Amino acid sequence: MIVQVKDPVIEVHDLTVSYDRKPVLWDIDLTLPGNSLIGIIGPNGAGKSTLIKAIMGLIPVSSGYAKIYDQELKAVRQQVSYVPQRESVDWDFPASVYDVVLMGRYGKMGLFKRPVKADKDAAMDALTKVGMQAYANRQISQLSGGQQQRVFLARALAQDADIYFMDEPFAGVDIATENAIIELLRTMRDNGKTIIVVHHDLQSAVEYFDWTVLLNMRLVGSGPTAEVLNQELLEKTYGGKLTVLTKVGELLRKKEFPARENPAKATKWKR
Amino acid sequence: METLTEFLSFSDANVRFVTFGSVLLAASSAVVGCFTLLRKRALVGDAIAHAVLPGVCLAFILSGTKNPVYLLIGAFITGWLSVYCIDFITSRTRIKEDAAIGLVLSVFFGFGILLLTAIQHGGNASQSGLDKFLFGKAASLVGEDLITFGSVAVILLITILLFYKEFKLLCFDRAYAHTLGFPVKMLELILTTLTVLAVVVGIQAVGVVLMAAILITPAAAARFWTDRLGVMILIAAVIGAFSGFSGAFVSYVAPAMPTGPWIVMIVSVLAIGSFILAPEKGWLGRMYRQKNNRENILDENILKLLYQLGEQNGSFFSGRSLAEMQEKREIPSGRLMKGLKRLRSQGYLKRDPGNTWLLTPEGKTRGQRVVRLHRLWELYLTQYLNIAADHVHEDAENIEHILTPELEAKILEQLGYPETDPHESRIP
Ligand SMILES: Nc1ncnc2c1ncn2[C@@H]1O[C@H](COP(=O)(O)OP(=O)(O)OP(=O)(O)O)[C@@H](O)[C@H]1O
Ligand SMILES: [Mg+2]
Repeated sequence: MIVQVKDPVIEVHDLTVSYDRKPVLWDIDLTLPGNSLIGIIGPNGAGKSTLIKAIMGLIPVSSGYAKIYDQELKAVRQQVSYVPQRESVDWDFPASVYDVVLMGRYGKMGLFKRPVKADKDAAMDALTKVGMQAYANRQISQLSGGQQQRVFLARALAQDADIYFMDEPFAGVDIATENAIIELLRTMRDNGKTIIVVHHDLQSAVEYFDWTVLLNMRLVGSGPTAEVLNQELLEKTYGGKLTVLTKVGELLRKKEFPARENPAKATKWKR
Repeated sequence: METLTEFLSFSDANVRFVTFGSVLLAASSAVVGCFTLLRKRALVGDAIAHAVLPGVCLAFILSGTKNPVYLLIGAFITGWLSVYCIDFITSRTRIKEDAAIGLVLSVFFGFGILLLTAIQHGGNASQSGLDKFLFGKAASLVGEDLITFGSVAVILLITILLFYKEFKLLCFDRAYAHTLGFPVKMLELILTTLTVLAVVVGIQAVGVVLMAAILITPAAAARFWTDRLGVMILIAAVIGAFSGFSGAFVSYVAPAMPTGPWIVMIVSVLAIGSFILAPEKGWLGRMYRQKNNRENILDENILKLLYQLGEQNGSFFSGRSLAEMQEKREIPSGRLMKGLKRLRSQGYLKRDPGNTWLLTPEGKTRGQRVVRLHRLWELYLTQYLNIAADHVHEDAENIEHILTPELEAKILEQLGYPETDPHESRIP
């Protein structure tokens, strides 16, 4: 079941993404409503991170495009924030918690400018929201996994965007922190933000999300959580029936075939 | 010694120039090296250093002069080319980065040596001295050279200052920088260019073979002293400056000597020194903290012991002999005496004329706290982790020394302010 929305905040059109010629996302056609808490769910290797990265313009796409507020990402960058998977950076970097959160303000500052008082206030404010103000001066390598996650969250908050993409913000986080974070996300949603979260636990997904996207290399389902999270669709998502797609992908890579016949069209959205 | 004072007096204008130049070159290379290191591109730095040699030689062959501007341009071009080759190989083939670096480094350097040999046998009158690019010669940094290389060094420092925030973000989280809308590719290009330039100016003092040392070692050493990027850059600059200074000195004292190996020796000594001496991460600091911990544990064990003896006999403040203590707990006499003396000097114990030891009120309080933590932890383990009562003692022996007052309060609260431990001893 795939529900398309009328005035989508995010629109993904016929998106195919490949690594090394091997497609890992096939023809994703997806529209997402604004002002809601959205979960992206699927097994390991389903392409959840890839979908977010493609929408954020971090990896080239083989075909299709994504639009935000009906515009190209470039035009609305400041309104979109990205929380990467925690493992994506080296936490031994010489920086304090506060330094990292302040990075959330860099985009607004622009090239060459130094942070001003207001930026510093915003960073501290974001840290307070995630309950990490006491750790402001801590070296980031001395944080637990859950604390690192909260620092990334604070960095995104400091950015003060309207749309947030979060890649597994609950990974390696204890239940108390998870509750605190989801509470925070709900408040943000109530203030008109749109939050897209990659999530693994089906049980809590029912509670957390207004809207759910089921993904496994292709789009399996998208719609209000209560309607999408049913037995049949979950089996489709997690069942092993996708081996054909995997095998075809493998074949495309070996034969060095382009994923699309007309590569000129494919490069349209590349940057 | 005399030469040192003579050197330091800078009475010779030439010495002034050479020293100032080497300090500037080495410091700017070290600053750029911080970012090279943090981007995990240290090996690429080494490849660039070796790859500038053919550029220098080609520039000389084509221009027929040793004009530093030409040599610089030549070095820059082949240095950049090597980075491009590495990136091309890693992205287009299945060859991994380390192999690609090794490949590019040896090919470029081999070609450079070939050209150098050809030049030296070519009989061109002005060729002499080109080999200083191999191992460096700070003393040759005069006049026109100094101005050219010095200005490049200044440009490096200014660029880093301008892009400090962007480079920091780029090195820490490239993807995030991209999503914020920063021109990531452009910034990477600038940073790579800076690395190439740093190498190009640094070779004058150190030579291509050992250039990577002056680029990376100061940064690696500085990382031991601090957790702040700004401070790290500053320390690296100081280490670089000092090594540049020493290079100039060596060139002054022994003009026949290549300066590169000397500078590298000095930087390496500084790096090893940092590894040993740095307060937080250094080896000595760790040893010191470990010794402190051991002493602390011994002291607390003695106080606990005296407190327990007091519990048994109902009098906390009467003297105990060494034998009495050792009967309760086996502590080697030497260590025991050391601990007792330390505790007396800290005011936790007193010594009686009859050669017995007794607790002061402060000593009793501290001993009591250790006993309390021990019993609390035993109780906590049995209640919350379902560990049998006869298995918890060993664990508590450790934990009693590290529990903070906050944790203590939390445990007390969770256990509901208990009266006795699992062995029915009272919790004081
Ligand atoms: N850089 C890469 N190069 C090649 N293949 C990749 C790369 N990144 C991901 N893949 C492949 O793409 C597929 C989707 O990966 P992706 O990281 O998007 O999955 P995911 O749904 O986020 O999984 P997880 O739950 O494990 O995070 C996987 O099969 C993975 O092996
Ligand atoms: Mg993922």
